[in-house]
Amino acid sequence: MTAGQDEPIFDLAIVGAGPAGMAAAALAGEIGLSTVVLDEQPSPGGQIYRNVEHAGGVPLPGASREKGAALAAAFRATALDYRPGTGVWHIETHPGEPCRLWLLRDARVGQVRARRVLLATGATERPVPVPGWTLPGVLTVGALQILLKSAGMVPAGPVVLVGNGPLLYLTAVQLAAADTRVAAVLETGAKADLRAALRHLPGFVASGTWRAGLALLREFRALGLPVVRDVSEVTIEGGDRASGVRYRTADGQSGTVPAEVVALHEGVIPASSLARAIGCDLVWDAGQATFRPEIDTWGQSSVAAVQIVGDSAGIAGAEAAPLAGRIAVLEAARAVGRLTEAERDRRAAPFGRALSSLLRGRPFIDRLYPPRLARSPLADPVVVCRCEEVTAGAVRAALASGASGPNQIKAFLRCGMGPCQGRFCAPTVTRLIAEARGVPEAEVGSFRLRPPVKPIPLAAFAAAMEEDAP
Amino acid sequence: MFRRRAQSDPGLPPVSIRFEGRTIAATGGETLAAALLAAGEEVFRASPVSGAPRGPFCLMGACFECLVEIDGMPGQQACMTIVRDGMDIRRDRIVEGEE
Amino acid sequence: MRTADVIVIGGGIHGCSTALECRRRGLSVILLEKDHVARHASGVNAGGVRRLNRHPDEIPLAMASAALWQSIKDLVGDNCGYRQTGQIRVAETEAGLEAIAARRALVEGLGYSHEQWIDRETLFGLVPAIARHCLGALYTADDGYADPSRTTRAFARRAAALGAEIISPCRAGIPVRTGDGWQVPTDRGPVSGAAVVNCAGAWGGAIAAGLGEPVPIEPVAPMMLVTARVPPFIAPVVASFDRMISFKQSPNGTVVIGGGWRGRAEPEANRALVEFGDLHRLIGNVLHLFPVMREARITRSWAGIEGMMPDGIPVISPSATAPGVVHAFGFSAHGFQLGPIGGRIVADLVETGKTALPIAPFSIERFQRASWREAS
Repeated sequence: MTAGQDEPIFDLAIVGAGPAGMAAAALAGEIGLSTVVLDEQPSPGGQIYRNVEHAGGVPLPGASREKGAALAAAFRATALDYRPGTGVWHIETHPGEPCRLWLLRDARVGQVRARRVLLATGATERPVPVPGWTLPGVLTVGALQILLKSAGMVPAGPVVLVGNGPLLYLTAVQLAAADTRVAAVLETGAKADLRAALRHLPGFVASGTWRAGLALLREFRALGLPVVRDVSEVTIEGGDRASGVRYRTADGQSGTVPAEVVALHEGVIPASSLARAIGCDLVWDAGQATFRPEIDTWGQSSVAAVQIVGDSAGIAGAEAAPLAGRIAVLEAARAVGRLTEAERDRRAAPFGRALSSLLRGRPFIDRLYPPRLARSPLADPVVVCRCEEVTAGAVRAALASGASGPNQIKAFLRCGMGPCQGRFCAPTVTRLIAEARGVPEAEVGSFRLRPPVKPIPLAAFAAAMEEDAP
Repeated sequence: MFRRRAQSDPGLPPVSIRFEGRTIAATGGETLAAALLAAGEEVFRASPVSGAPRGPFCLMGACFECLVEIDGMPGQQACMTIVRDGMDIRRDRIVEGEE
Repeated sequence: MRTADVIVIGGGIHGCSTALECRRRGLSVILLEKDHVARHASGVNAGGVRRLNRHPDEIPLAMASAALWQSIKDLVGDNCGYRQTGQIRVAETEAGLEAIAARRALVEGLGYSHEQWIDRETLFGLVPAIARHCLGALYTADDGYADPSRTTRAFARRAAALGAEIISPCRAGIPVRTGDGWQVPTDRGPVSGAAVVNCAGAWGGAIAAGLGEPVPIEPVAPMMLVTARVPPFIAPVVASFDRMISFKQSPNGTVVIGGGWRGRAEPEANRALVEFGDLHRLIGNVLHLFPVMREARITRSWAGIEGMMPDGIPVISPSATAPGVVHAFGFSAHGFQLGPIGGRIVADLVETGKTALPIAPFSIERFQRASWREAS
């Protein structure tokens, strides 16, 4: 672990083997870049195409399954140093030196060096802090997807889905097909969202993604599930576990739905922990109501050796990710002297055209399914930081007693200092500060992140050191 | 709380694990979180500040709600751990003292 | 232009303590902080409230400060997470034992008795989890630790409650002499005062240099690690004569690990970077001394920017070139415990130009002396 000096220096290290990482790796191999692919999952696919090589016993509707399988096949066919089950927990980047990536694999710390790094770390669920969201039995819709795809598991009792967006409808359809009782779908979309989205309809139509989207929506509506629309408030009830959901709609209807499992989803946001820990600049994306790493058209971040692609650079979906991954690899190849600028541009052009066409469809989706509960006023008792059990009221009190920014909230309250390193509280803390100070979230900023981005057992260092001992 | 939709792949070996002393049948290749959820376990740990019950939330390694003690090593993510025969699992229960 | 009797530059513990003490004496105070209170060394250090193994010149100050720590809640209105759990410095080898013997001779020769020898059995009784190769230790039972960020903020809060004006973020430039007093340019307009106090930590050297008395200060970035919570297993703070480590468990169960391993300090960029290439050696030290830590998990690391002086002791001194300016900076990564007394000494210097405590060794002029120049 310590030596590293006689280890090879890769041209490119790709972090993540989802659609962006797989496509990037396949092209990097084709171009002849020496490439290492580091991925936490046991097999390629990322979250969206999780277990795509085996399908996990649950067929996914639409064409995406085939696309994912094709990406995985091309990835597998490429000569690469592919390291599944490998977490990257820190990257040291110093100008003029190769990047050093710190790894955790098989309970052992290790490292690799590479001239360029491509982060393709995907997306994570947008936190939806509502009363009761820490109770056992409350999961993200993404978690239900993972159980479906990799373990063929569905909720045994009645489930309530809360939120909006395509993944919510897809999940409802899949659960219904698996004879799971969907007790209610509490949709947080508002009529105004549709009006706001309509002006982006031409782009969406041009992007070509509308067919699959419409088919999914039709399938969902045809099921006749109990749907409540325009839900504006949600409380998850229960003592030691979730027992039901109380809701209220914008026009004042209310009700309670008993449930064994409650699944939340108001879209996804970039999984940017590594980018943040490295020190990549972030920008506030108003359309998606989230911070994301600042990148140029090549995925180049503010840190010289680091590019960021796919959803980890801004949510664009599984079809856009491979294109962004390929474009970035072409630039990486130029940066290490493997392609001329002209070759890069020539080869990138078709990917760029396809990508911009897809991206034209994005504003429609973003406007149609904006986060609602995740942007609603928070009552003081609601838990913001799940790890350290910090409430909205505690954050407000700290702000009143002199804390002014996210990093001070951390120092005052340990908020964001738990093992998740702020993944599930950072957006909420920024929002609470913005509300209290009456300034935009862009101005508030977000937590500084401290490596390691995932907890590392000391034993993992010991294992590596024992290995090194003469 | 969760059930398996279909019989598991006969090619995958059955494994036996223990959770809080109870023997649980699981399927090789699946995650520990999935195995425990399929066995009806939903409380994986006590939260460290209030001691409140917590269970899996994101299942993709981001939220750290599914932390358990595996073979004496606490703080491990059940959703990122593949089951192994003979694993001895306990709930993570480190609750801080009064200051 | 805003005016006060005293302009304090720097919102670390020494700046905030100075502001508080000056207010207690009825002097008006403006404190300028370029980031926010406790942003750098004062907010991110290990929090040791330690007299054990201090530089002999610092012992009188540390003793006086320890007395103030006893009633920290009366002083600042918060107990600051202060706990007298004891501090221990172990010997693991014969060389370590020799270092202890030399240290005892030195400290006892100066007439102090706060550092006690403890044998192996006593050590294992106090720290059951420590590795059994340890041979004995020095122990100061009523040393301990506090929460550094909380402490610094408590000083700032009490100073502000007594009327100190704390301006942040506000970056101060080099003070300029105007008549009898000083004008301090800032990025939010100039402020003026009769006296200026330089408590700017790692950035203090630039101010001294601007006043015509450069000092050989080096910005360094000691690195720290913290683990996820583990069950309570150790009360005292532990260090070693044989390896670079400092080790303590917080009341919330997390273990905070340091010991002077340095990351990359970038004071111009206002940041400090952690480098795991060295930190893994610290982790090796931890496992050697506390095998039980194998099970713990590191959740965060950080580095804070500290001002290190070549002789390892701070500058606490009236300026030799600028009348009315007092320096208190360069605490060389162990200034936290001295915070409470530091404010009193500086207030003495501001008020009368002298203090009852022996601060001659901390003079800013020491670097100009021929003996120093030869030695370096």
